[in-house]
Amino acid sequence: MDVLYFAWVRERIGHPKDKLETGAATVRDLVEELRGLEERYEAAFADLDALRVAVDQELTDFDAPLAGAREVAFFPPMTGG
Amino acid sequence: MDIRVQESAFDLGAEANAFAARQKGMGAVVTFTGIVRDLGEGDLQAMQIEHYPGMTEKAISKIADEALTRWNLGDILVIHRHGVLQAEDLIMMVATSSPHRVEAFEAAEFLMDYLKSRAPFWKKEVTPEGADWVAAKDEDEDALSRW
Repeated sequence: MDVLYFAWVRERIGHPKDKLETGAATVRDLVEELRGLEERYEAAFADLDALRVAVDQELTDFDAPLAGAREVAFFPPMTGG
Repeated sequence: MDIRVQESAFDLGAEANAFAARQKGMGAVVTFTGIVRDLGEGDLQAMQIEHYPGMTEKAISKIADEALTRWNLGDILVIHRHGVLQAEDLIMMVATSSPHRVEAFEAAEFLMDYLKSRAPFWKKEVTPEGADWVAAKDEDEDALSRW
């Protein structure tokens, strides 16, 4: 599964993308797995209220299931326009 | 529907004219233009705009589809830039057409409200004090509730 990071999430983690094998059932489970990797992931995922998530490029929430998902992205609230 | 996410600058007059020229039977065209604003006294060195390639176009198309179902519109144009911009650069534009002005105005406002907080763009301001990500405002999220 591709895991993408944008804006300050990317900066905190230090790179834009991870490729990983995961058995995580939901986005929340995936976040727990990532938090366990290294301290910078813990720093990036410290406050889930400050984050948004997209599964296969559709905005969703942290309880979304990951079965069949190919791409998950984490980022702060958007500021376009 | 014409959705463009691009690094290059666009010509507002040419885009607005071309959009208006291809509307048949429409009585109103509304355009909105977003401009990079310098919040201090000329201390904005750059505005960096990051986006999520692939999702950005999909998210904007979804918002535009929603507008087309809500209002009687002829067409929608959205251009949004990414990359490094300077103060006073044009950052984006939205155009809508409709037989009557009220629907064109409302649809343009709806598109702007949703683009601000549902299209995956992030802005970073670079000033002499450093570079900071622009935080999303609660008002922007609240603005969605009126639709």
